[in-house]
Order: sequence, then structure tokens, then C-alpha cells
Amino acid sequence: MSRQQAWFIARARHRFAMTRECSLLLPHVCAALADPRQPGSDDTCLEKLLDWFRELTKFDPTVELVQNNPCLTEFITSVLALPEPSPSILSFTLRLAGILAASENRFQHLQQEKLLVRLFGRDGPLNSALWEDASVRSGWVEGVHSMMHHQPALHFLCDGGGIDVIFTLQGDPSLFVASAASQLLVHMLTFSVESEMTEPLSTKDCDWPACAQMIIKHIEDSLQSSSSSHIEQSLKLLTSLFGSCRATWTEVLWLGIAKQIESFLTEETVQVQHMLANLLLRIAWSPVFCDTKGSIWALVTSALEHLTPVQAGPLAVGILRIPECPQDVRIQALTVLLQPMDCILRAASQPLEYAGLLDESVSDPATVESLLSSKSSCVNLLCQTLAHLEKLLSLIRLPVDLPYMSLLRSLMTILQFCNGFLSPASPLGSTISRILINCFRVQRSALDVLAALSKQKGCDTLLGSLFDVLLAYLESPNTNPTVLKKTFQATSKWLVRLQELSCSNTQWQQTKKILEDVFLVLQKRLYSPCWEVRDSSLEFLTALINCLKDQDEFRQSLLSSEVPRLTENLLEDPESYVRASAVTAVGHLAFITCFAPESPAIGNQYNKENIVAKLQEILSTDPEGFPRRAVISIFTKWLRQGCTGQLEDTERFVSRVIQTVEHDLDWEVRLGGLELVEVFCSQTFRQLGHPKCTYAPLSSVVTSYINQNESLHVFCRAKVFSFLFQSLCDYDKPIGQRACDVLLGLRYTFYPVRTLKDSQGAEDSRAGPSIAWLQRTLRQGSMAQNFPTDGDNGVDFQDPESMLLALDIIDLEDLHDGLNKSSDHVEKSPQSLLQDILATVGTIEENEADCY
Amino acid sequence: AKSSILAIPEEPSNSLSKKEVYCLSGHPTLPCNVLKFKSTTIMLDCGLDMTSTLNFLPLPLVQSPRLSKLPGWVLKDGSTFLDKELKECSGHVFVDSVPEFCLPETELLDLSTVDVILISNYHCMMALPYITEYTGFTGTVYATEPTVQIGRLLMEELVNSIERVPKAQSASMWKNKEVQRLLPTPLKDAVEVSMWRKCYTMPEVNAALSKIQLVGYSQKIELFGAVQVTPLSSGYALGSSNWIIQSHYEKVSYVSGSSLLTTHPQPMDQASLKNSDVLILTGLTQIPTANPDGMVGEFCSNLAMTVRNGGNVLVPCYPSGVIYDLLECLYQYIDSAGLSNVPFYFISPVANSSLEFSQIFAEWLCHNKQTKVYLPEPPFPHAELIQTNKLKHYPSIHGDFSNDFKQPCVVFTGHPSLRFGDVVHFMELWGKSSLNTVIFTEPDFSYLDALAPYQPLAMKCVYCPIDTRLNFIQVSKLLKEVQPLHVVCPEQYTQPPPTQSHRTDLMVDCQPPPMSYRRAEVLTLPYKRRYEKIEIMPDLADSLVPLEIKPGISLATVSAVLHTKDNKHVLQLPPKPPQPPASKKRKRVSDDVPECKPLKPLLSGSIPVDQFVQTLEKHGFSDVKVEDTAKGHIVLLQEAETLIQIEEDSTHIICDNDEPLRVKLRDLVLKFLQKF
Repeated sequence: MSRQQAWFIARARHRFAMTRECSLLLPHVCAALADPRQPGSDDTCLEKLLDWFRELTKFDPTVELVQNNPCLTEFITSVLALPEPSPSILSFTLRLAGILAASENRFQHLQQEKLLVRLFGRDGPLNSALWEDASVRSGWVEGVHSMMHHQPALHFLCDGGGIDVIFTLQGDPSLFVASAASQLLVHMLTFSVESEMTEPLSTKDCDWPACAQMIIKHIEDSLQSSSSSHIEQSLKLLTSLFGSCRATWTEVLWLGIAKQIESFLTEETVQVQHMLANLLLRIAWSPVFCDTKGSIWALVTSALEHLTPVQAGPLAVGILRIPECPQDVRIQALTVLLQPMDCILRAASQPLEYAGLLDESVSDPATVESLLSSKSSCVNLLCQTLAHLEKLLSLIRLPVDLPYMSLLRSLMTILQFCNGFLSPASPLGSTISRILINCFRVQRSALDVLAALSKQKGCDTLLGSLFDVLLAYLESPNTNPTVLKKTFQATSKWLVRLQELSCSNTQWQQTKKILEDVFLVLQKRLYSPCWEVRDSSLEFLTALINCLKDQDEFRQSLLSSEVPRLTENLLEDPESYVRASAVTAVGHLAFITCFAPESPAIGNQYNKENIVAKLQEILSTDPEGFPRRAVISIFTKWLRQGCTGQLEDTERFVSRVIQTVEHDLDWEVRLGGLELVEVFCSQTFRQLGHPKCTYAPLSSVVTSYINQNESLHVFCRAKVFSFLFQSLCDYDKPIGQRACDVLLGLRYTFYPVRTLKDSQGAEDSRAGPSIAWLQRTLRQGSMAQNFPTDGDNGVDFQDPESMLLALDIIDLEDLHDGLNKSSDHVEKSPQSLLQDILATVGTIEENEADCY
Repeated sequence: AKSSILAIPEEPSNSLSKKEVYCLSGHPTLPCNVLKFKSTTIMLDCGLDMTSTLNFLPLPLVQSPRLSKLPGWVLKDGSTFLDKELKECSGHVFVDSVPEFCLPETELLDLSTVDVILISNYHCMMALPYITEYTGFTGTVYATEPTVQIGRLLMEELVNSIERVPKAQSASMWKNKEVQRLLPTPLKDAVEVSMWRKCYTMPEVNAALSKIQLVGYSQKIELFGAVQVTPLSSGYALGSSNWIIQSHYEKVSYVSGSSLLTTHPQPMDQASLKNSDVLILTGLTQIPTANPDGMVGEFCSNLAMTVRNGGNVLVPCYPSGVIYDLLECLYQYIDSAGLSNVPFYFISPVANSSLEFSQIFAEWLCHNKQTKVYLPEPPFPHAELIQTNKLKHYPSIHGDFSNDFKQPCVVFTGHPSLRFGDVVHFMELWGKSSLNTVIFTEPDFSYLDALAPYQPLAMKCVYCPIDTRLNFIQVSKLLKEVQPLHVVCPEQYTQPPPTQSHRTDLMVDCQPPPMSYRRAEVLTLPYKRRYEKIEIMPDLADSLVPLEIKPGISLATVSAVLHTKDNKHVLQLPPKPPQPPASKKRKRVSDDVPECKPLKPLLSGSIPVDQFVQTLEKHGFSDVKVEDTAKGHIVLLQEAETLIQIEEDSTHIICDNDEPLRVKLRDLVLKFLQKF
């Protein structure tokens, strides 16, 4: 153990050690919990108590805890002595005992008292009626899992027959218990092999330790049984094992069962194929199979062939993400993913019109065709395939080259089937078309893939037809609002792509026409009576401006449409979400209408002052928070982009905004205000230069320094300090934290070099009464209600000298620590928890006293 | 009285028991069918196909120089004999005459034999005066109160719109078959032009409506003791109904315009349609590809875009129905779209009554609207629009309207065919400006055909058909839910729409496949009547001595006389057997009652073969052999050369001319059976 580790553990032990107060309270708590007359204890309290014990024992393997607190063993004894303990208390006891027995010393101690046998052995709850309760079984498994960190525990369980109980619990009717049992077996197997083996295993000589041997035999027996449920349990266990453990011995284990697993692919009597994809994926990802990778890939190929397309989909997409996957396996995996898309394309097109996506010889399309012909499986298969393709396309580096053009054509076909615009040429096409018409699920998934595909090159010749499809969706009144939103997202992505390509004149004409059509339909959508549609339309507009504001054609088309005027109208929408989106859209529009260097002369409707005034009005008068939050965030964006004019204008602008937001009831608006101030400060420093380095300013130096420091004056005039100091006392903690961060930032700028103060609480001699008052007030934190900023207290927040002094004197670091402490740090202490539990008991006792 | 059921075999020759549907209308949403069911003749709906009016020139309220200057149509050979009757406008030819309507078929069966007419909604009763006043109809019409009241408004508006603009001439020459062949399409292909009739008059409307008897949902109406009819809520319009037509053991459901959407009417009653032998399905949505919600959105967006750009919006519509939902939607929308100051005008001779009627039929409204009445608040928000002067209504463009008229504005007015009514005036007034928009919301007429006589047209046209009736997905769910044995529907529903032949999802899909009908066709319904209910008179019932055959099942033989009158069957005691004739006088005819011979007892039970063999052995048959056969057993008495063949429903004793042996064996067999 390194010194650092030792230090860390020592510190942790100190932090989590039992305090005197707690050790005094604990016996009472234990007595109360073991009292059967108590009503069912609060589960949350019990969980917190267990958490505390976990922390207490984590860094302390000694037996002191149980020796010094005999109430713990007494508690276990008294629960065991109860004729009918409540299931929750029994479950708690099992888990507590497990936590205590996690160290060998305490395990031995509890063994001496015969407590562990009575809790986890054959004669314990295991054979009582309480075992019927899932919480008791769950407590038993958790208890065992907690203690399973040393050999004696392992032997205790294996020798006592406990392992058979865990095998049985794998098939428990409670999924939580079954899953916990499976996890426990994985842990035991790993622990047994890794703690008991001295020499590495070889494939020929499999001398497993006893416990591991039992588990492995159980796995092998289950795999060879004819019961699907037993096989499934073992496959789950193996999946979990190969996912979590990358030790070399797992390869030995695998070699013993590989043949059996392979047989499941073709086995018809037991249906466990659906479990195989995940297991194979974990194995393929595991680095320990380097030597046997060839056989693994063969197995994966076989799985891709034999599993149904729905089962094989996750395996295929997972395989494609493995860098070292061989090319032929990759092609096979890709075939699985593309086959439904290929089938769609073939079903929709005239014979030989398109080549399809795949070379037909690679696979037999009959299975996929039959799945696509049935209503339930068609939608499922397509949605799953589309989700996989989207996942694949969103990878930063695509491991394979997809046939993008055909894929796009297939997606367009699906979308046209869904809106009934395509008349299919084949009987299969008619069936698919009938199934897909108005199917929103498929539409949404297809549009997601379409959006992801926009990043890929090679689809440019289809852009015209693609926009026909997208515009048909945007125009149709039958388009469902969620589908419309997805269509907007896909359209904005492809419009960006279109702009990148529109260099030649013909392409420019095409782009112009498409943009005109898009803005025409957008105009109609902005008038929709459905607010979700208006909202998505505005979001779409914002997204477009964000990406395309530098493109001339885009700006021209937008400004010659009705869209900007309508967007401004929506600032008065009755729905607050729409107003918020309108604010954001108008704010972005301003980049084109007001802030662009070559702003078009379109009359004063796009006058910058008008827009600022409108947004200011929303900030000060809108009754809902969302629009106000949108305004402050747009103002910050403007400021960041340097759109608010010269420094004097910006100063006035910021000052106005601060005065509007400082009393806002919505904390996010106030937080937005602080963000604006932060940006303003950094912008000001950037423009005026950072203040010259100063060290412990003396009064005479201070004066000249202040006079020189223009930024300080700007902040004071803009009322930045009063807002920041006031925010330190805000009821909402994030505000105080943010304000403190900003003030600390200012302090680091004005006082880059500081000496450490000796005493934190003492008042600085330089502080006049007003700053001293401020210092005291701030120490009260959010208790300081009605923080006065009007000068009654004598603090002049606009006086540069006072503010500079305040920055230096006030212990912002201390404030920062205080604000970052969780607000319930007192209530969360173990002492408080124990008191809480006792308080509940107290009421019982009081009631008892009332009874004669 | 005790009752019993007797099975009566179907007699194919008996025309009274035949069930037939006569299709009198080719329009699936304006149906007119006649159902012959258990000796009653029931007309289902009385829809009037008004698409014929699209072949006529519009009737302008104010002299229209444009229309009056249209050139007469000249044949290819230069003949001008039709130029007074037919006018040409932008390549289309129109009849310059009072518009005429295509009536339901009157030749297929004698309509004076129709016993009752069941009306399902106010749109499907527009041909009623033609049937009740011209065919010798003497029966009763059944409809709900809102159907009658709103139907009256629609008829009043129709008559008013046409009578307001008297037309001096009436064109009939073009209808001559020889002449019609020479005309351009669509006139050349117009069907049944000889059946086209001018609009009825108000006295005829009143006379027709006086024959209506009002009914409420789920009310059971007996027709001649044979059939019971019941209206059920169909969810499509105020008072709209589907009908159950049933006898004791047969049930026909008539599903006309129905809706599962949440609009203003009471929701559709689906449960009562279950267990139908036949379900006649009409009145599905005419625009199956348009979702009404999307269309309402489209309507609002286009309306707002036009008005915000300073243009006017014209909405050709009926004075009742979807307009209530549109006004409700606009009530919520106008503020958000900044249209608070834009006036909305509703112009119809019946506008006021329509808006007021809608507010008083609370019991026919959906639950939400019904609860408003108890608050008390008007169920429809258009009351508030009127109160705040945002919606104004006028009987016509003359009078107050011309003083109040401000632009830009939104005008709702009829008729959706654009051939008559105040809408004609607005088309002429606003058609020249591209700032204005006409938004079609009613799905009954092709908007392109409706606009044809106004071409060239600068104003924008938007087609937002709002049809809340069932679409094919909903029909498929409905049929799965109610599971009728047979579905009967217009042929249009059994194939994809002609313009979208690949949309096989746009047709009725059920098993067995639906039976289809077309105009002027008679369809025999496939199901067989199996049971008839018969009452047993108390004295006859008293005389019965039931015998318990199995636990819970008793049988008795009945000898009685069956009386059948008014489709009711009664079993009565047979008359006493006539006294032995004192003399050999000839019997009087009145005494000629059926003779009641004493009946042989009926046997029941089964013969346990083992016990039977034992009995045979007891009675001296020693060489008994038993063989199993497919249907029972053969007991072989070898010595006596006799076979006893025992099967489930018969026992035969086959012996060779030994009658005493046969009787002996018969008696042994009878010992095991019960007699009654």
C-alpha cells in the first residue's frame, strides 16, 4: 500500500468512525428495531442505516465495531429469537449481518456466536415460512454477497449447502432475487478462482477450486439439460461473467462449453436463441480470446445466419463496432442490418429498376420477406433495423462503408409507404404499404436515420426527390406532431447539406426553390392551431438560422418570406412555450436582420432598438418563466457574439437587464442574469485589458490603481456588484454559488496574488463599518433576508474603492465552501438518522405510557 | 301465458320471408335503400344527390354581368339550337336553368308500398318531400327531434336559396338522349337525367315533415307486430342515429353516417350493434385519407394567413353540423392567431335558428357539453362569440349585413355547391383578388367542379374537407367489435378509390367479404330464418304434462291449432272433438276443423346393450352375440336368425316373418325406453 493510499484510508476511517454520540444512541435503536411491537419500520431509514454500516466497515476490517457495540450481535440474536419477525426486519438483519461479516475478523466473531449459521444456514429463515417473502430471500442473497470477500465465507457457504440455495434462487419468481442470485454466482466464481488458484489454468488441466468447480458443473449441467429455463439461467450467468470479467481463465471456461453453446443455434427443441446474441457479443468484445478469436468469429457468423433477423440485429450492430472484426464477418453483419431495407427497396421498385442494397447471393431474403408481410413483425423489424442503422450512422468513425445512396432510397420508400404516396409494383410491396400507412413509429425511426444520413456523402443526386418527400410530410395536414418535429429536424440537416453543394447555378436554382417551398410551408405551420406545431416550427427556424445564417441564398429566401414577420407575431402567443421559442427565434433572426454587417434595408421593422425593446418588455412583464428565461439567454448569446454595440451601449444594456432580472421570481432567470454578468465581465476585461497586477494594495496605491482601472468603474456603473453581492444571499443556492464563482473570478483578476489570511472570522482593519456590515451579512448566508441595496446600510455598491476592498476583505472562499455544502448536511448525519428512528420509537413509548 | 319456441323451416317460395335490399341511390353517403324484412317494407334514409347541380350555372343574387355575358354553347358542326340552354365558361359547359337534383330511383319498386321511412341524420332526408308527396306514400317517417328540426332548416335554406332567384327559362332540350350524346363531358355522362327534378316547395316540405313521428335514442318502435325498430346514437351529428331492425330471432343493423371522434354530438352506441345477422354499412367518410384534426389545423392556418395579409375568407358550408365545431375551434384560436378584431359573419336564412337550436338540444350532445348546461352555460362557445360581437349572423346579404360589413372578414355561408345561396355573391365579389381565399370544408362536392363556372379565378382556393364519419380503420375495428354475420355495403366500399388504386387499405375488409350493391340493384340477404316465436294460450299450457327426460329438460307433446294474425303466432286448444253424429247429415263447413287423432306415444332414452343382452338371456335367448358398428350395435340372435340393430336414433328388429317374436322383442326393447 502506498503512503498516499494509507493516508487516504486513515482519513476515511477517521471520517466514518463511530462517534461517541452514535454509539450511545445505537443500543436504543437496535432495541427499538428488534421490538416486535413496533409498527413496520420505514424502509428508507433502514436503507440509510445499512449505508452507514457499509461506510463504517469499508475501511475498518477489525472486530472493534462489533466488540465495542455488543448491541449489534444482541440485535441479531433477538431478531432470531422472535417467533415471527417482520419480513422487512429479518431482511434488514440478514443484510446487516452480511455487511458485518465482510471482514474475516468480524466473520469469525459472528461465527463464534453461531449467528451466521442461524441466519444463513439450513435451519435459518431458509426453511421458515418467511422464506416465501421475496424481501427475505433478497436480504439473504444480499447478505451472502456482502460477506463474500474472504475464503472462510466461501467455505462456509459451499460447505453448508448454501450454494444449492443460490442455484435454486436463479429461477426465483421475483426477478430481483433471480438477478441478484445470478450476480452472486458470478461474484463467487470470480472470487473463488482468483483467490484460491495459485497457478494459471491450462486448457488441458482444468483443476478448478472447489467452489468454482461446483458453479461450473452447475453451468455445464444446466446447459446440457432439456429445460429452456435452466439453460437461460446459465446463459444469463455466462453473459454477465464474460461482460464483467476479462481474466484469462474465462477462456478455459468458454472452451469447455463452446460446443454446447454452438449447438443451441441449430437446436429446435430448446428455444434459447434469443439469449445468444448478447453472450456472443460479450465474448467477441473480450480481449482474452485472442488465441481463439477465429473460432469465435466462426460462431458469430453462424449466429448471424441462424438467428432470426430480430435476434441477430443487436449482435450485428455490436459486431460492426468492434475494430478488429474481420471483413467477411462485417459483411455478414451488414447484410443482416441492410436486408430489411433491401427488401423494402425491391418490393417497391419495378424489376431491375434499382440494384437494391445487397448482392442477392449473400443471403436468402425469404425470412425477411415473411417478417415484413405480417403486420406485427413488419413494424417491429423495421423499427429495430432503423434504430440499429441510426446507431451505426451516429458513430464518429464508421467502421464500414454503407451503400448510402441505396439506403437513402430505401428510407424514402419507407416514408412514402407510410404516407400512402407510393404505389408499389409487387404483391409484397402492396402488403408492406398497407401495413405501413400512417404508422408513426416507423415514420419517426426512418426520419431519425434520415437525419443521421445527412452527414454522409454520396447521396447528392437524390436530393431533389428527398426534398419532395420531406416537403410532402411538412405540408400534409395529416402529419402527426411528433413526426412533424422529426421531419423538421431531418429537413434542417439536409438543408445544410444542400447549401454545401449549391455552388453551380443550376444547383443554386434548385436550392432557391426548395428554400422557398420550405418557408412557405413553415409560414403555414406557424399559424397552426396546435401549439406543439408552432413550437416545433420555431425551433426548426432557429436551427436553420444557427446553421445557415452565413449563406446568402438562405438569408435572401428567409427575408423575402413572411416567416420573420410571423415569428415576431408569435412573441405574443398565448402559449408560454411558443413565446419562449419565438423569443429564441427572434433573437437568432436578429443575427441576420440587425447584427449582420450588411444588414438589409427592409425598413424599420427590423430595427435593432425595436427588437431589444420588445424582448426587454417580455423580460419585465411576461407572467411565465419560460419566455423570460429565453430572453435572458438570447441577451447573453448576443453579448457573447459582441452584438450589443460599443462598450458604453453594452454597459447601459447590461445595467438595464440586471435591474430587470434581479427581482425576478424565477431563479433560472436570475441565474441567466449572472451568466450575462459573467460574460460582460470577461468581455470588458478583453476590451479594456486586464488590470495591472497589484499586491496588497495600500491606500495611496489603491486610489491611483482604481483611477486607472476602467473596468472597475464600468462594473460599478452597470450595478454589477450590487447584483452579485445580493445574489450571494439568494434563497436558491445555485444563484449564490454562481454569484460567488463570478465574484471569485473578479477577485482573481483584481488580486492575482494573495496572501493567506490567518484568521477567517476576524474583521479586517481596513473595512469601514459598511463593508464590515456586508461581511457580517454575507456570513449569515441566505438567512439575510431583505438584503438592502439602496444604501441604507451604508454600502455603496457603485463606489469602486469600496467594491475593490470588499473583494479583498470578504472571505469568498469560505462562502464558496459554505454554499457548496449540501443543504441537508446536518440532517444527513448518522446521528440524525439514529435520532429519527428513535423519535418514531418515542411516540410509541409515549403512547404506552398512556395505557394503564 | 307460457311461451314456447317452435322451429319453422324456411320456405324459399314465400315472398314474405324473403329479405331484400333495394338500392335506390348510387351515392354511398346520401343513401336511400329499401329493406324488405318480415313482410314490412322499410325505407332506410332518403338522401338527395345534389352533385347534379354542379352542371348548372350559379344563381346570382345580384345581376352578374359576367355570368349573363357567357357565350352560348355551339356544337362542333356549328348548330346553335342549344345556345340558350347551355353556356360555356372557361372550357366547361353549364346548363343555364334552375338547378335540378338527381332523385332516388322510383322505378325499382312501388314506393307506395313503403311502410315506414327511417331517417338517420338531417343530411340523409333531403329527398323526403319527393318520396312522401309524389309516390303515394302513406306510411310513417321516424326520426329524432334534432334531425327533423335541423333537416327542416336545411330544406328551408335550400328552397329559399332557389326560390329567391327565379329563373325565367327552364332547360329541357339537352336532356333528350339523342342530344345528350352530343354534349361534352360531364354532361354527356350524366346519369338518369330524366330523373332530375327541380327543387320542392315549402308547402311540400311542411307536408313531408308532418308525416314524421319523433323518436328518442333506444326507443323501441313496433311495426305491425312483426318488427321492432330502434334508433341508436351514431355520434355524427345532433340527433343522428343508426337503426336496429329486429324480430325476435333476426337482427339487421343499419349503420349510416357515424363517427367515433369526440365532437359535439352524443358518442356512438356501438354495443347495441352486436349480434347482428346483417349489418348494412353506409355513410363512411368521403375523404378517407384526410384526418379531420389535421384538416381543422389546415383550415385555421389558411384562414389566419389570408386575414393577416388583408384578404377575406369565404367558407361555403351547410348551416349546421361541422360549422359548430369550426366555430368552437376558432373561438380558441382567434386570440392566439391575433384575429380578435376580425369579424366573422354567418349568413343563411336559417343562421339564427341553427345557432339557437344547437344550444337547446342538450340531451343530444356529448357529455362535456351536457354538463355545461347544468352550470348553466351555453354548451357551444359560439354564444360567447355572438355576445362579444365577434360572430355576427344575418339571414342574407341584404339588409343589416350590408351596413355592418367590414373587411377583411371571414364569411360562412351556403351552399357548398357554389350554385345557389349567398355564397355565389361572395364568389363574384372576391374572386378577382388573390388576397382572398375560399376554403372548402364540406366534402360533398368536388371543389374543382364547384369552382368551374367561376374561372378564371384569382382568389386562392384551399381544400380542407372535414368529414368526421367513420374511416376504414375505424370500420375494421367496429366490425371486429360487433361481429355481424354478414356485411352489406355500397360497391364503392369494396374497392380502393378510383384515383388511388394502390390504397387497398381504403376499403371494407371483413370476413366473410362484404356483399355490395349499386344503384337500381336488388340484393337478397343471405341469412336464413330459423326460429319463430309462438305463444301458447294458458288453457293449452295447463293441459300439458311435461316429462323430465334429463335433469332440467322436460318434454311434452302438444296438439293444438296454430293461429297466425298480424305476424303473431298463437297455439290454441283444439276444438272439442265433434259429438258422434246423431244422423248422417252432411257436416257443415264451419265444423270442418282438423281432426285430432290420438297420437302414438313418443319414446326417449337409450338402450344399455349389456343389460339388454342380459334381459334377452333371461327371456330364453341363449346365443346372443353383439357386434359394434359405427353408429351403435347389432344384437344377433343366431338361432332365431334375427337381428336387432340399435342405433342412436333408431332401433330395427329384423326377423323373418315371425311377428310374435318381433312383438316380444319390441316389448323387451320398450322396457328400456321412456314414453310420453
